[in-house]
Amino acid sequence: MRVVLQRLLQLFLVLFLVTIFTSFLIDAVPGDVTYTLAPVATPQQREDLRHQLHLDRSPVERYGEWVSGIAHGDLGCYYGTSGYSTASSCPDKVSDRVKDALPISLALMFYAQLLALVIAIPMGVLTAYRAGSLFDKTVNTTAFALLAIPNFVLALLLAYYVGTKWGVVDPTGYIDFGQDPVGHFQQLILPVISLAVGQVAVYMRLLRSDMIATLQEDFVTMARAKGLSPARILWRHAFRPSSLTLLTVAGLNVGALIGGAVVIENIFVIHGMGFLIADAIARRQYVALQSYVAILALGYVIVNFLVDILYAILDPRIRHARAIA
Amino acid sequence: MPEPSLSPETGLFGKGVAVEDGVVEAGGQTLVFDVAPVEGDVRVEKAATKKLGLFGWLAIAWMTNVLIWAIFAPVLPIPSPTKHFLLDTNEGPSLSHLMGTDGTGQDLLARVIWGARASLVVAVSAVLFGLIFGGFFGLIAGYYRGKLDTVLVNIFNVFLAIPQLVLALALVAVFASDPAVSVGKREFWLIISIGLVSIPIIGRITRASTLAWGQREFVLASRSMGAKNGRIMRRDVLPNVLPAMFSIALLGIAVVIVLEGGLSILGVGVPPSTPSWGNLIATGRNELTKIIGASPQVIIAPSIAIFLTVLSLNYLGDVVRARFDVREAAI
Repeated sequence: MRVVLQRLLQLFLVLFLVTIFTSFLIDAVPGDVTYTLAPVATPQQREDLRHQLHLDRSPVERYGEWVSGIAHGDLGCYYGTSGYSTASSCPDKVSDRVKDALPISLALMFYAQLLALVIAIPMGVLTAYRAGSLFDKTVNTTAFALLAIPNFVLALLLAYYVGTKWGVVDPTGYIDFGQDPVGHFQQLILPVISLAVGQVAVYMRLLRSDMIATLQEDFVTMARAKGLSPARILWRHAFRPSSLTLLTVAGLNVGALIGGAVVIENIFVIHGMGFLIADAIARRQYVALQSYVAILALGYVIVNFLVDILYAILDPRIRHARAIA
Repeated sequence: MPEPSLSPETGLFGKGVAVEDGVVEAGGQTLVFDVAPVEGDVRVEKAATKKLGLFGWLAIAWMTNVLIWAIFAPVLPIPSPTKHFLLDTNEGPSLSHLMGTDGTGQDLLARVIWGARASLVVAVSAVLFGLIFGGFFGLIAGYYRGKLDTVLVNIFNVFLAIPQLVLALALVAVFASDPAVSVGKREFWLIISIGLVSIPIIGRITRASTLAWGQREFVLASRSMGAKNGRIMRRDVLPNVLPAMFSIALLGIAVVIVLEGGLSILGVGVPPSTPSWGNLIATGRNELTKIIGASPQVIIAPSIAIFLTVLSLNYLGDVVRARFDVREAAI
């Protein structure tokens, strides 16, 4: 419990600092931000906009308003060229777009993470078991090469060859799972592969080196001496203690996954969070951008918090840390 | 197996020694570092005499080639990267155009060579920026420990809590996406933004390495002889921390080259008027999606350049790490 509380405290500290950073992102915009958001608004509309964005208040008040807005689901507005003056006349709410986009991005990242782990775990365990063999060397060299392929390069090549040239799947767009499950996976297969390949290499190499270390432990020799089968030793005895670093890195890697998804969504024209971000930048809608950055950062921080907790559950040394101390 | 650390100084993401030493997530890849001090035993000598190997030399050869491209692009016997050979548009590789041409007849080899220049300028400057500031903050955090360390580590964690690409994207967008901003200024802000993103990564690695070295006996010896903190950090700690910083710098350059590519695809990389590997891929992508019958060499040529460069830098980074780091070398 003490571990959880400690982590919770750190979670709030980081959340606090991250929200401070994002809430003042808009202040870094050179010049008068209302001109950027709504280039042709009238002076009156501009004044209203300043008021609506709390630019006429002190920084502390503004931060408070911004955070309470986010907490109440008010993520701001897309301001048209004329500038919408009040919150009630906001026809293009950021929150409405997030509602549609977030599940798409989550699905994309979830599949990519799943695919990466499903491939990497058996490969990591097997290469560790057969460390030094031709199989191990081949897999390792391949993984090292895969690490050097940027996900967008892979995405573009897959989209061009598999999608456009060979016509196996449609290289752009997204279909909802509820609408057409088969189409859903057909649309997502290329983006998911593009995202997963780099992660496979990372996870596999990591698990392999941890497994090799574990397999040299005395309890493994003991298990072997008892005559247990290699499969049982690998999976029941050696995998669990070796999987802890993998778990942490899989959590940390969500950050890379988010960054990857932003680019990949734009390549495959999938209307997820990454697509919204690029669109908000192109249209210079910084209030929306602020909210998107905050959402992604919060999501990432919370994922890592959960990984911390899961880690404590999985590792008895942390679970019983107090008993030992 | 050391006891997993539960102290608050390990920060939000710190757990277990190997991970706390530095797991770096950037531009789509995760790098795990062990930055332990080298103990004087047999394994050290083994690691130190480890040969560079064929791949190592190939990697050095390729990087030398890229450097020559970047430095001597204006005097190399290649056509201008912006000259349109209107009779040879969309051509595959041939003797007159070794990598082929794009949809407007520009020579792809020339563009890739000039692209090396912009990509390397951005990558090296951003990493240098990160090394100077991240190295400084990491060094003082790891050396002085205590409250200063806690504050700095938490600041690092805040910036690590925002996915790198998203952070760089937000910074570039805010600072420099105004169409009125000049090309040079956009490149400058791109470098600053990516540099800022790399500060906490380099800072953490430097800090972890400093933590380990700062408590060694020779530091104590220096102090007992009356050396000031500044001198100890400069003369005793820094030289030992440098290999870790150098290896992360090599990997960092690779990461930034890829990051610039991602930003280019999102429209905020190096402006297309200056060819960079990233914006070559981005413009190639536009050509492929918009022009029917466009050929894929427009993305393949710069992609190969990025691939070989990242591969070489990853390999050389590993070699540096293996030479100076027992724990990694022992595996």
